[in-house]
Amino acid sequence: MMARCLARFLVSLLALAICNAASVSHPISDSHRSAALDVFVPLDGSYKSLEEAYEALKSLEILGIDKKSDLSSGTCENVVKVLASPSSALKDVFYALSVNGILKCKTGEDVPKDIVSKLQAGAKDAKLLLDFYYSIRGLVLVKEQFSGTDLTLGDAEAIFRSVKALSQSDGRWRYSSNNAESSTFAAGLAFETLAGVISLAPSEIDQSLIQTVKTGILKLFDSIQKYDDGTFYFDGSEGPISTTASVIRGLTSFAASESTGLNLPGDKIVGLAKFFLGVGIPGDAKDFFNQIDALACLEDNRFSVPLILSLPSTVISLTKKEPLKVKVSTVLGSKAPALSVKLAEALNSKGSSVINNQELKFDADSATYFLDSFPKNFDVGKYTFVFEILLDESANEKGYITEAQTKVPIAATGAIGIENAEIAVLDSDVGSIESQKKLDLTKDGVVSLSANHLQKLRLSFQLTTPLGLVFKPHQAFLKLKHESQVEHIFLVKTYGKKAELVLDFLGLVEKLYYLSGKYEIQLTIGDASMENSLLSNIGHIELDLPERPEKAPLPPLHPTDPYSRYGPKSEISHIFRVPEKLPAKQLSLIFLGLIVLPFIAFLIGLTRLGVNIKSFPSSVGAATSALLFHGGIGAVLLLYVLFWLKLDLFTTLKALSLLGVFLLFVGHRTLSNLAAASNKLKSA
Amino acid sequence: MVKSTSKDAQDLFRSLHSAYSATPTNLKIIDMYVVFAVFTALIQVAYMALVGSFPFNSFLSGVLSCVGTAVLAVCLRIQVNKENKEFKCKTIVTNLGGIVAMFVIAV
Repeated sequence: MMARCLARFLVSLLALAICNAASVSHPISDSHRSAALDVFVPLDGSYKSLEEAYEALKSLEILGIDKKSDLSSGTCENVVKVLASPSSALKDVFYALSVNGILKCKTGEDVPKDIVSKLQAGAKDAKLLLDFYYSIRGLVLVKEQFSGTDLTLGDAEAIFRSVKALSQSDGRWRYSSNNAESSTFAAGLAFETLAGVISLAPSEIDQSLIQTVKTGILKLFDSIQKYDDGTFYFDGSEGPISTTASVIRGLTSFAASESTGLNLPGDKIVGLAKFFLGVGIPGDAKDFFNQIDALACLEDNRFSVPLILSLPSTVISLTKKEPLKVKVSTVLGSKAPALSVKLAEALNSKGSSVINNQELKFDADSATYFLDSFPKNFDVGKYTFVFEILLDESANEKGYITEAQTKVPIAATGAIGIENAEIAVLDSDVGSIESQKKLDLTKDGVVSLSANHLQKLRLSFQLTTPLGLVFKPHQAFLKLKHESQVEHIFLVKTYGKKAELVLDFLGLVEKLYYLSGKYEIQLTIGDASMENSLLSNIGHIELDLPERPEKAPLPPLHPTDPYSRYGPKSEISHIFRVPEKLPAKQLSLIFLGLIVLPFIAFLIGLTRLGVNIKSFPSSVGAATSALLFHGGIGAVLLLYVLFWLKLDLFTTLKALSLLGVFLLFVGHRTLSNLAAASNKLKSA
Repeated sequence: MVKSTSKDAQDLFRSLHSAYSATPTNLKIIDMYVVFAVFTALIQVAYMALVGSFPFNSFLSGVLSCVGTAVLAVCLRIQVNKENKEFKCKTIVTNLGGIVAMFVIAV
């Protein structure tokens, strides 16, 4: 599931990266909140684990959705059970306390004391990073939730040092001292743990230790990754969202303690905020939680709070003359402090600047900045607007930070003027006009022309922007449709000042399938910047084409229904190898009988000859070996039959070798017995 | 002329038959086995001629096994025949039992 979401996320980020370093981030909006309800509220009101419950409840709390009454009963039961039981694991206790912090369940009186002693013991005995994390953070949660409990963290400095011992020189942390594998995710956990130690310590921790942690943090920032559009993130084996969220959580809690005084590079913080906003709405609960939690940490922290500039609409319509609106807010959508927004420059598609240093006006009612006056030379087309935010002096105290320059792609649309539209039939070589008609492309015309295959058809028109410049449309097609529904499409190209298409029927007879008759003419002109794109039926033309020669291709008989290609295809009839002709069953059976006949004849012959087994030895030893010998031969024959019926060669050969060895011994014994008997006979 | 040839044939046949009955029983057993094997092979060839050699492997295995066992039996007969002194090849075993054992193993 992680892999699927990661793939989806990477695809969306790749799309962002392709946008050529100009993109708009949007802060968390109501669509996020409604999606959160789908993702985090379980259908049956209960969560699978306390970890899931904590993630869901925390996200809902940050987004301001109050669902506590629905969800608290089942989850609280679970929490109380875990906190009361003396054998719960550290991880379960930690998540139970976290959920308790949000839901404020009613736990018993003795609970804090038991929990505290358990967590303190956990902190003292811990060897793994995760054990430190759960126990220390658990103690911090107990301190917040149950006031008046006596919390002393025995030897805070020793714990600090032992957690610190798990760090590495490149800024990442290991999960345990035995395992050499390190990760950035673990670094985030470590920062939270150390922040917890600092807050619980009875006395000040040595500043040199804190300093080493700070240098480690700056080292960690060296390994930050970035995309072309200015977003920064940390990558790791848990995925970029989880890793970056863990680091941000750690840094926020570390900076929250008074004595640390952490300073982080501002542009990277904005980049991290843009990374999380660029994720969109994640489908996975864990990614959603990480995104919301990280943004909540960025919203309210001690180092710098990022501000996001967003535009509700990036299209300026020159006909409607509405102002361009810009919003500045924090990542979660709350109000920004007093500031001013300036349009530093507006670059058109050629790269030259059309607007320079325009300050945007502020509308206090809707808390938006807007630009309502555009210069006279502002034409339709695609622009890149570069915005800059200047913070007022009062805002600088809180430590707000913004991007140096925000580049936004803007499209300007307007009404395009169409002039001098005309259609004419020309005589080929001379170029003289046989008939010419002026067109009004806004109305469907009833132009009626006729031409034969020696003539040409010419269509021309001029498109101008509101400022009077030549406009080259993205799409300009002429379609000729025959009575039999056969269609042909031609592109109208723009040469210099006007757009023109000349159809030379002499060269086109083969393409038109030699079909004479009435053709309908249809013109389509369209562009993203054109508000009055059109599709007009100009009229029809009678074409007189020569007869179709033998070898010319036939027109498609029925126009293929465009949706028929999605229907079932014709059935494939497979051709199998024709099986060999086998003889009739009876014939084969007759011959089977015939084969057996010689064997019967052989047996009869044997009896006729007076074959006997008189010299079969009678004494016990000799008899057994003789019996075994004959038995062995019979077994070999049986093996042949089995081989024929079902065994394969390898098992048969293995069995045969065994039987052969056996037969060798027994046969030798039998023969020696026979020889001894005959010798006895001879001597006697 | 015809009569004489038929009478000659009959005489020839009778003399052959009488000579043959003089051979020891052992050899007669072997002869019968050879005849049995050859007949089986012939029947298989006739079947193949009738029906066509589709599973050619089966035909080959059937015929050749029959022919092979016939050939081995003939070898045995040669070696066992007491009157066959000129064929006293230096076999590994010269006694009857050894020869029989070799035949069995070959089969």
